[in-house]
Amino acid sequence: MCTYSTEKLDVERSSGKGADGWFPLRTATVYYDHPVHAPDDHTVNIDFLNPERGPGARVAVELSLDSAKALIEALQVTVERAAHH
Amino acid sequence: MAYDAVIAETIGIQGANGDVIGAYSARPFDGAARGGVVVIHHMPGYDRESKETVRRFAVEGYNAVCPNLYHREAPGAAPDDAAATARANGGVPDDRLVGDVAGAAGWLRSLPNSNGRVGTIGFCSGGRQAFLTALELDIQGAVDCYGAFVVGEPPEGFPLRVRPLGDRVGELRAPVLGMFGNDDAHPSPAEVDELEKLLQEAGKEYEFHRYDDTGHSFFSVDRPAYRPMSAVDGWQKIFAFFAAKLGGEA
Repeated sequence: MCTYSTEKLDVERSSGKGADGWFPLRTATVYYDHPVHAPDDHTVNIDFLNPERGPGARVAVELSLDSAKALIEALQVTVERAAHH
Repeated sequence: MAYDAVIAETIGIQGANGDVIGAYSARPFDGAARGGVVVIHHMPGYDRESKETVRRFAVEGYNAVCPNLYHREAPGAAPDDAAATARANGGVPDDRLVGDVAGAAGWLRSLPNSNGRVGTIGFCSGGRQAFLTALELDIQGAVDCYGAFVVGEPPEGFPLRVRPLGDRVGELRAPVLGMFGNDDAHPSPAEVDELEKLLQEAGKEYEFHRYDDTGHSFFSVDRPAYRPMSAVDGWQKIFAFFAAKLGGEA
């Protein structure tokens, strides 16, 4: 389905590496929809973007649902650990 | 052997607000009078699959064109980057979509071999947009392939600019062909039922085909959702519909 389902967040003091090297990130969109490349009908997709630098300033991932859940757990553990640093 | 040359090329057309936008066109090369088809690409973009669909219509005898709905956000960008940018911006506003498809239809009618008849077809988000063009534009038929939110409210807090069209069914100006999978969640079978009821109550011309063991995006040949039996039958229904609505001389 084209789920349209999209979450958008601002991303600050963060960088991504795209086709033209590193660039500062501004936003991220997270959505469950058709992937371009991954082999499932639908995937959890994340686009890290910098609109000021054009459409090509994009770091994209297409994650299977299981991989996305594992990523959430890993992020949670990492962020909690970071609080104790 | 019959002459079957087709030209396929990227062109510029005048879309909403008079903006020149990119579009991909394919047309039979002979001079016979032809109907025209506007292909409305799905949310993932103005991509290789959409362009293949355009060429398919040309091979079947139609002048066809697919406007790049993301041209303004991302002219010349890779289709997936353009789609990501458009999504981050909230998607394509309905009024701009209508203007771009109106421009594409006008361009088709301006061709020397046009018979004056134009239809639209859209897949996924384009299915809803094809339905929208049948409300707004002078066209002779629209094909909605599993468009979500023609009826049914988007969830609360939804960031994209789509609203359901069920309250406007009475304004429909063209016959609609609908293609749906019974395992689809968006649109669900219940939503397809609701749309069919609205069309019946409004006395509008429509034709729905609903396939078992078939979900969303079943025409997508390179995705796991592809359902050959449904898609082969579906294409036959689409070409029969356009032959009836767009064929012949004006």
